[in-house]
Amino acid sequence: MSTEYNGYVTAERVEGAEDGPLAGRTVAVKDNISTEGVRTTCGSAMLADYVPPYDATVVERLKAAGATIPGKTNMDEFGMGTTTETSAFGAVENPVAPGHVPGGSSGGSAAVVAAGDADLALGSDTGGSIRCPAAFCGVVGIKPTYGLVSRYGLVAYANSLEQIGPIAPTVEEAAELLEVIAGPDERDATTRDAREEGSDYEYAAAADGDIAGMEVGIPTELLDGADEAVVETFWDAIDDLEARGVTTHEVELPSVEHAVEAYYVIAMSEASSNLARFDGVRYGVSGGFDGNWNETFARAREEGFGDEVKRRVLLGTYALSAGYHDKYYQKAQDARAWIQADFDEALAEADVLASPTMPVPPMELGESLDDPLTMYLADANTTPVNLANLPAISVPAGETPEGLPVGLQFVGPAFGEHAVIRAGSALA
Amino acid sequence: MTAQAAETEDLATVIGLEVHVQLETDTKIFCGCSTEPAEEPNANTCPVCLGLPGALPVVNEGAVEAAVRVGKAIDADIPEETTFHRKNYYYPDLPKNFQITQYDAPICADGELEFSVGGERRTVGIRRAHLEEDPGSLQHKGGSIDTADYTLVDYNRAGTPLMEIVTRPDFRSADEVRAFLAKLEEVLEYLGVFDSSRDGSLRVDANLSLVDADDVAADGTVDEAVLEAANRTEVKNISSHRGAEKALAYEETRQKNAIERGRAVEQETRHWDESKGVTLSMRSKEEEKDYRYFREADLPPLRVADWRERLAIPELPDARRERFQAEYGLSEEAASKLTSTKQVADFFEDVAEAFDPDLAATWVADELLGELNYRDMAVTDVADRFDEIERLVELVATDEITAKNARETVLRSMLDDGEGPDEIVEEAGLGKTSGDEVQQAVEAAIEENPDAVADYHDGEDGAINFLVGQVMGKTGGSADPGDVNQLLREELEG
Ligand SMILES: [Zn+2]
Repeated sequence: MSTEYNGYVTAERVEGAEDGPLAGRTVAVKDNISTEGVRTTCGSAMLADYVPPYDATVVERLKAAGATIPGKTNMDEFGMGTTTETSAFGAVENPVAPGHVPGGSSGGSAAVVAAGDADLALGSDTGGSIRCPAAFCGVVGIKPTYGLVSRYGLVAYANSLEQIGPIAPTVEEAAELLEVIAGPDERDATTRDAREEGSDYEYAAAADGDIAGMEVGIPTELLDGADEAVVETFWDAIDDLEARGVTTHEVELPSVEHAVEAYYVIAMSEASSNLARFDGVRYGVSGGFDGNWNETFARAREEGFGDEVKRRVLLGTYALSAGYHDKYYQKAQDARAWIQADFDEALAEADVLASPTMPVPPMELGESLDDPLTMYLADANTTPVNLANLPAISVPAGETPEGLPVGLQFVGPAFGEHAVIRAGSALA
Repeated sequence: MTAQAAETEDLATVIGLEVHVQLETDTKIFCGCSTEPAEEPNANTCPVCLGLPGALPVVNEGAVEAAVRVGKAIDADIPEETTFHRKNYYYPDLPKNFQITQYDAPICADGELEFSVGGERRTVGIRRAHLEEDPGSLQHKGGSIDTADYTLVDYNRAGTPLMEIVTRPDFRSADEVRAFLAKLEEVLEYLGVFDSSRDGSLRVDANLSLVDADDVAADGTVDEAVLEAANRTEVKNISSHRGAEKALAYEETRQKNAIERGRAVEQETRHWDESKGVTLSMRSKEEEKDYRYFREADLPPLRVADWRERLAIPELPDARRERFQAEYGLSEEAASKLTSTKQVADFFEDVAEAFDPDLAATWVADELLGELNYRDMAVTDVADRFDEIERLVELVATDEITAKNARETVLRSMLDDGEGPDEIVEEAGLGKTSGDEVQQAVEAAIEENPDAVADYHDGEDGAINFLVGQVMGKTGGSADPGDVNQLLREELEG
């Protein structure tokens, strides 16, 4: 199955168990999640021929739950992008807003769900990579609490920030998929058992739309500078929620103005190390055998990586270098701690926080590729959540006058997936 | 060191070590693969130790426990929490092009190790000891890494737990280094965390510099600033305590010669060539490497606060040596020999308990170790025959064979031909002659040699020796000469 909007990199079907909670349903898998015997490219020429010899833990769980995997979805190269235009396998077009990007980096996963080519999909979210495409394609996406879902088999971009999560047409379906993939894994030392954190795994039951009495905090900083049509759609949705018994109050998150900078420094630093293994020896483009091994490695990386990956690896290497480490990497870590404290404070007074998922509606294809800085700033509302390790959901909140989808994001406390699922289920 | 300070007798040698030891664990440090040497390259590998995309490390607590035991043995501080970092550098033997190691919260800090050298006790400070993963190994075909036609990579070793032990610059000579390393190996083997017979299990990098003797403080320490100012060479590729002594003695002489001739010592990295017995400049201008250390987010901090109390360590060689002297009345020399390895000490105590400490000391320290030494064999070579050796001691202890036959015939045949003691005794007819037979032989000797008997009664000393010889001849040498002497005297006087 191929799609004219280029949603799949590899449309190879994998059947799961006969029975299980996902029997009879298709779950597309982002192409940075390892599938035994099916190539896993990360949207990169470097891994165009890489076939993993093992399944990611989430893939094992999908198979055991009876899901059918219809294929591996297109994505920004190694997850580095907000538009799914940096893939070595071509850009993905937004199936519900032709001529526009689907958002990224899990653009293929959101697109195949929006187009009805898969019932459900898995994405990964490092700085908004599930929520952004969910918002742009008018579907639901959940970024779980860091440590709720095993990353074993997820090809790392920025390992201290990212989580695998579900994309679905409705909150309830997203919650059902989350139930299947959540839970500790002895192969990922950063996973934790929600039951030991005062929570449980009954997520679908929380999608009951019963939001009366819920307290919603609205961080004003996340509305500043957002597109007017997006802000209007957001407030309309909030009015709707208030009419159904929600109370709201404004909250301040003064630290979030540093979130994008902190996010990019940390993500790029980690990426520079995580992507070091792609040197042409074991996978990827070989640099050939002229020159010494160091020159060969350099050539393999020059040929195998796209521009955005090279930019981030170079900047990350720089940020970790002696003399700059304290100025950039350490400062970013300090900002991260500050952002976590701000969220803790805001969530002490609210069940969830609400904001537009993206400050802008979907860009036109090709519009932002030459302007990385503008693209990075589009992550202003999503990146703080990854820095704070918190759960968040993006649900469709309406459309701009031009008919472009707008997403609304709810952020909850650590292991408070139920709260964001309940709030989201009132809208989708 | 400037060329002007060229009086080499005014110089003091300062050496510090970075010692890498492979810890003996069943599985690798971050995955479940076996650490046993494999015949086939890349046989003991999995997604984690191959660094496949998406694979994640999980700490093998056995390796951390081994490290805590080492920490206790060197009297180091164990922190509340220990963390892992990434050391980033590109090299073809590194599966991920970074190494997971420890940086600002190592598992052991501020320890020390005491050892003997030239009859003196010395203590060397250990700055830190941390855990890390071993890289894979490379086989360059047709040259060095820069000139080879091609290079093969084997990841069997990748992920073997390593402990890097960093000493303070407390060594003043190459023989101190040798003695320290020998002691370190001994302690690690006592702890059961190290196997010195394993290829590549010990790797040493040493920093050596010459400083003005006046800059050495009364307590033997040298100021950091003095060391910073001195040009030092880092000697790499040392793989044994004997190699360390040779390499550093060579390097010390080389630097002294340079200074005597008024040449400056270059700050550089040198490679110890074991076969040629020289250190060679690695040429490449060693700029300060930037490893861009940062926290390994895949491994949460490990709380080890109570591990120090929880984990027991066995009695260490120094303590055991002292106890052997006190408990068994052994000389320091015998006690040292018997505690040289845990295996020998355990065996000695088994034998001492079963029979008699003096007999055990003689048989283990003198006879067994002596015969092994003569054959260039190690105790480990006969570790699976301890039962047989104990049986041999039993034959002596119960007077079934003479000590002389046990030593000169049975033990030697056991080692040379691999037979058991009872077989050898049987085949060679060494079973000690029974009292009746000796008695008959004594009576016969007296009856057959009236002249000698007369001489005895006349007080001639040689007569009794002649008679003993006669009895020994009749019993085929299996009687105890002392016993025969006694019996003869009783018979003659009676
Ligand atoms: Zn392994």
